[in-house]
Amino acid sequence: MKSIQIEGVSKSYTEGVLALDEVTLELPENSFTCLLGPSGCGKSTLLNMIAGFVEPTTGHILVDGREVTHAGADRGVVFQEYALFPWRTAIENVEFGPMIQGLPKPERRATARRYLSLVGLAEHEDKFPRELSGGMKQRVAIARVLANHPSVLLMDEPFGALDAQTREVMQEELLRIWEQDKKTVVFVTHSISESIFLADRIVVMATRPGTIKEIVDVTMPHPRDRSSAPFVALEREIKRLVREEVAKLGVT
Amino acid sequence: MEAEAVGHTTATVSAAAAPPAAPAQARRPPQGLSRPMVLGLRLVSLLLFFALWWGVSLLNAHVLKVFNPILLPAPDEVLRAGIKMAASGELLKHVTASLSRVLWGFSIAATLGIVVGTALGRSRLLEHLVEPMLEMLRPIPPLAFLPMMVLWFGIGEASKVAFIAYAAFFPIFTTTIEGIKYVDPVLIRAASSLGASERQIFWHVVLPAATPNIITGMRLAFGLSFFVIVAAEFIAADSGLGFLINDARTFFLVSNMLLGAAVIGIIGVLANVLLRKLEGRLLRWRNESRSQA
Repeated sequence: MKSIQIEGVSKSYTEGVLALDEVTLELPENSFTCLLGPSGCGKSTLLNMIAGFVEPTTGHILVDGREVTHAGADRGVVFQEYALFPWRTAIENVEFGPMIQGLPKPERRATARRYLSLVGLAEHEDKFPRELSGGMKQRVAIARVLANHPSVLLMDEPFGALDAQTREVMQEELLRIWEQDKKTVVFVTHSISESIFLADRIVVMATRPGTIKEIVDVTMPHPRDRSSAPFVALEREIKRLVREEVAKLGVT
Repeated sequence: MEAEAVGHTTATVSAAAAPPAAPAQARRPPQGLSRPMVLGLRLVSLLLFFALWWGVSLLNAHVLKVFNPILLPAPDEVLRAGIKMAASGELLKHVTASLSRVLWGFSIAATLGIVVGTALGRSRLLEHLVEPMLEMLRPIPPLAFLPMMVLWFGIGEASKVAFIAYAAFFPIFTTTIEGIKYVDPVLIRAASSLGASERQIFWHVVLPAATPNIITGMRLAFGLSFFVIVAAEFIAADSGLGFLINDARTFFLVSNMLLGAAVIGIIGVLANVLLRKLEGRLLRWRNESRSQA
């Protein structure tokens, strides 16, 4: 079943810049798709349009058959900058969605607690965001989104601000969580290795204007070994594709 | 001069604490002074102030005789005047009068400042319609309107309350509007993608995000309220600490004048401590190590 349908979507900004040009893409339910490309290829714009933060200039986006008009609880978003509410403790952050839905306090506490332990933060429920490390903050953000039971999980370079080691741990964690709580995931990244490690499908995007350059299906079984021959070969192949786009942008 | 006596206390505290820190930094890593050392220095600073005051007063009265000793009573005379006035219940009457005016005026200012600031922070239309008006009034020192307020509201409580409300409104209004306008947009996106409606976003994201700003504004406004109440009571009042000072001047009771100033200073310090406590509790999520400042 199709979960997300992107039909002829373009986005131009008032200054006349065409950020995205006629993108058409279908994402099956419970698939894990990475949008990959250099900055300026419109990958975040596309994600923001699925989220309902940005309106397409032309075309439509359908999620579970319904057209996206604004942000909604069916599409959970994880941001690079975590976007935790600093005045709420970890557990209160996770409770936010259930609270909005009007769940009674004990119930939403229980839900929040379940998801915090799913991301391995049961011990830290009463800490405020400023008391948590970057990786822990992002775990809370993921728990917060999952506690809201969205059908789609949108992640905008979620591990971009983390150090390399934490980043790899978080990628493994994300896959583990995704195995337990399957959703359609759209994951924006500019890290080739990250996209190969995570995705069923990598959408390599072209720049100026943003279009789909190539779709690469990744069939290697999980867990994927970053140093295995097929992994490295695919990495080299995708690097070539991305390089062409970076070259188009001129000297960097 | 009366107001200066209070002002000096705080000024000497910070001035005495700062210079010794510099050589210590050169010898040792930053932080430098140990906690008991800092407390000791601060205590010495206060004692030094009173010793100086006492010294100058006594020296002038008995040895140098440069000016009329009545002009600078020693601290113990001020204390005695205070005990006498407290015993008669007069001091409490003045304190209550000033405090109740401040609380009324401040409460009105806080309500209006938060409501108007929020409304203007939320609506571009309202902002452009109302802000120029307020920006025009803001640079005018509130004291400039005091005589007019007395004409409008008489010499009863209303004029003082209105005056404080007017003066205290601006800091609260300004910080509220800033706080509401500059909420991190990613927090609003996060909330909306968690299913929150506009209304829910306002109550659960915008308002809590603006709270630190609003509290800062309230603290500034509270200080300002005390600042202006004295002036208002100089002009038109038959009670209050400002009246006490001005009335004492008429009878050349310098001890009472200093007493009035000292009581205002003490109330100011206590109020600030209380507000800091409240701030620390409300903003527990933000600042850990600001307990003393």
